[in-house]
Amino acid sequence: MSSTATQVLFDAPGPKGRRRILLLSVLSVVAILALLAGALWQFRSNGQLDPGKWIVYLRVDYLAFLGQGLWGTLKVTALAAVVAFPLGLLLALARLSRFRVLSTLAAVWIEFYRGIPMLLVVYAFLLALPAFGVTFPRFWMLVIPMILVSSATTAEVFRAGINAVDRGQHEAAAAIGLSRRDAMTSVILPQAVRLVLPSLILALVTLLKDSTLGYVVSYNELQFQGKTLVSITRYLVQTYLVVSVIYIVINFLLTRIALALDARMKARAAAG
Amino acid sequence: MDAIRENIPLLLQGIGTTVALTVLGYVFALVVGTVMAVARVSPIPPLRWAATVYVEIFRNIPLLSLLILISFGLPDVGLRLPYFWCGVLGLTLSSAAFVCENVRSGINTVPVGHAEAARSIGLGFFGTLRFVVLPQAFRSMVQPLVNVFIGTVIGSALCSAIAVQEVTWVTQTLNIRYAQAVLMFLIAGAVYLVLSLGGAALGGAIERAVSPGGRDRSRASKALDVTAGAQA
Repeated sequence: MSSTATQVLFDAPGPKGRRRILLLSVLSVVAILALLAGALWQFRSNGQLDPGKWIVYLRVDYLAFLGQGLWGTLKVTALAAVVAFPLGLLLALARLSRFRVLSTLAAVWIEFYRGIPMLLVVYAFLLALPAFGVTFPRFWMLVIPMILVSSATTAEVFRAGINAVDRGQHEAAAAIGLSRRDAMTSVILPQAVRLVLPSLILALVTLLKDSTLGYVVSYNELQFQGKTLVSITRYLVQTYLVVSVIYIVINFLLTRIALALDARMKARAAAG
Repeated sequence: MDAIRENIPLLLQGIGTTVALTVLGYVFALVVGTVMAVARVSPIPPLRWAATVYVEIFRNIPLLSLLILISFGLPDVGLRLPYFWCGVLGLTLSSAAFVCENVRSGINTVPVGHAEAARSIGLGFFGTLRFVVLPQAFRSMVQPLVNVFIGTVIGSALCSAIAVQEVTWVTQTLNIRYAQAVLMFLIAGAVYLVLSLGGAALGGAIERAVSPGGRDRSRASKALDVTAGAQA
């Protein structure tokens, strides 16, 4: 990529400019290091750098305990994705449908679940439904809200993908005599699904983040397992930092994959 | 209905807290995110790296984990903040990462020729950004920034998990006390829908006001943005 705006905001610096950049670089490195040192000092003066409080995260039993939580997180995320993504596709098709009632219903469903926090849906399953005698196991109290919310966001992803397929494809499909329905299933959708693949991976990141609400419903996923670990060891900052780092690493990798896939598809589209 | 009548002050306080969390978190996030975006496109490498690391950390950490870390973890290292400000801090840190990414990709939508023209009339790095690139970039950023706002509205609900007494917390507390589930959910749901749909409507109005090419242009620019809606 030769010329995006970010690369022409400043000239290739001359000798004076280079000196200034060097000076500012040194200054900012000093500032960043000072910040980090301040943070470490704060940890140290409160006795949180004690190696004994950190070394436990190298012990097999602690790691196995957190690993159990991670397994729970992956399980709910995968199950929610497997149900929510096809549901999202159906909702997107319903919203684009010519039947007024169907498309209105889909639009209401989508806007509703996009506009309210998942926590509220979780509370509905945790606090409200039991009052009417409907109870679910904790696993489903986490997974069903994840599915409901994610189906709404992925529906919008699919709709954007369907709209992004070139208009000519519709016309070509109509020209060879395909019905609207056949055109959708065998011409438009295969292309749309490919187009939204990166967005779906990012939806997976969102699901993974949403699964932390297991903390609220007391389902054994990573965040809740961290809470349990804290109540046993009392190493609060350490545990929650380790848990957060695990989330960051997984989400970072998924985001990287999505962006790389997107870049490759854009490059291919530009070439062909 | 008694449940509402007796607790109007509490409910109003909860709604006020939700609005305050959202507005403060979003405004601070706009400031921090723009500064980070400028750092990410600046000629100074350490600033670029620091901003990149910032974005990667805070857009990938689940908001709940961040809030828990801030509200329960900071006191352990000797920093005590009221829970409300823990919530604001968490929302700011997380939303700022998304603002930064949107501002940066907004900057990239401005044609290269404009930045070159600005440089050729003698504007420096900040002048080019301030007078030529950012004002135009803002146009394509409206919709993504509305999404960040909605993310902040929805995220503010998680603050109830760290005992900030905002509208989710208030309604669920009353729900347990009065067993008026349907009513309480209607109130909380209405608050969030009004805030997020209101934000979206306002954003739409701003977008129409600032875009010279009318609807077509704004549609084309968001043809397929993979990161849209990626915020939890």
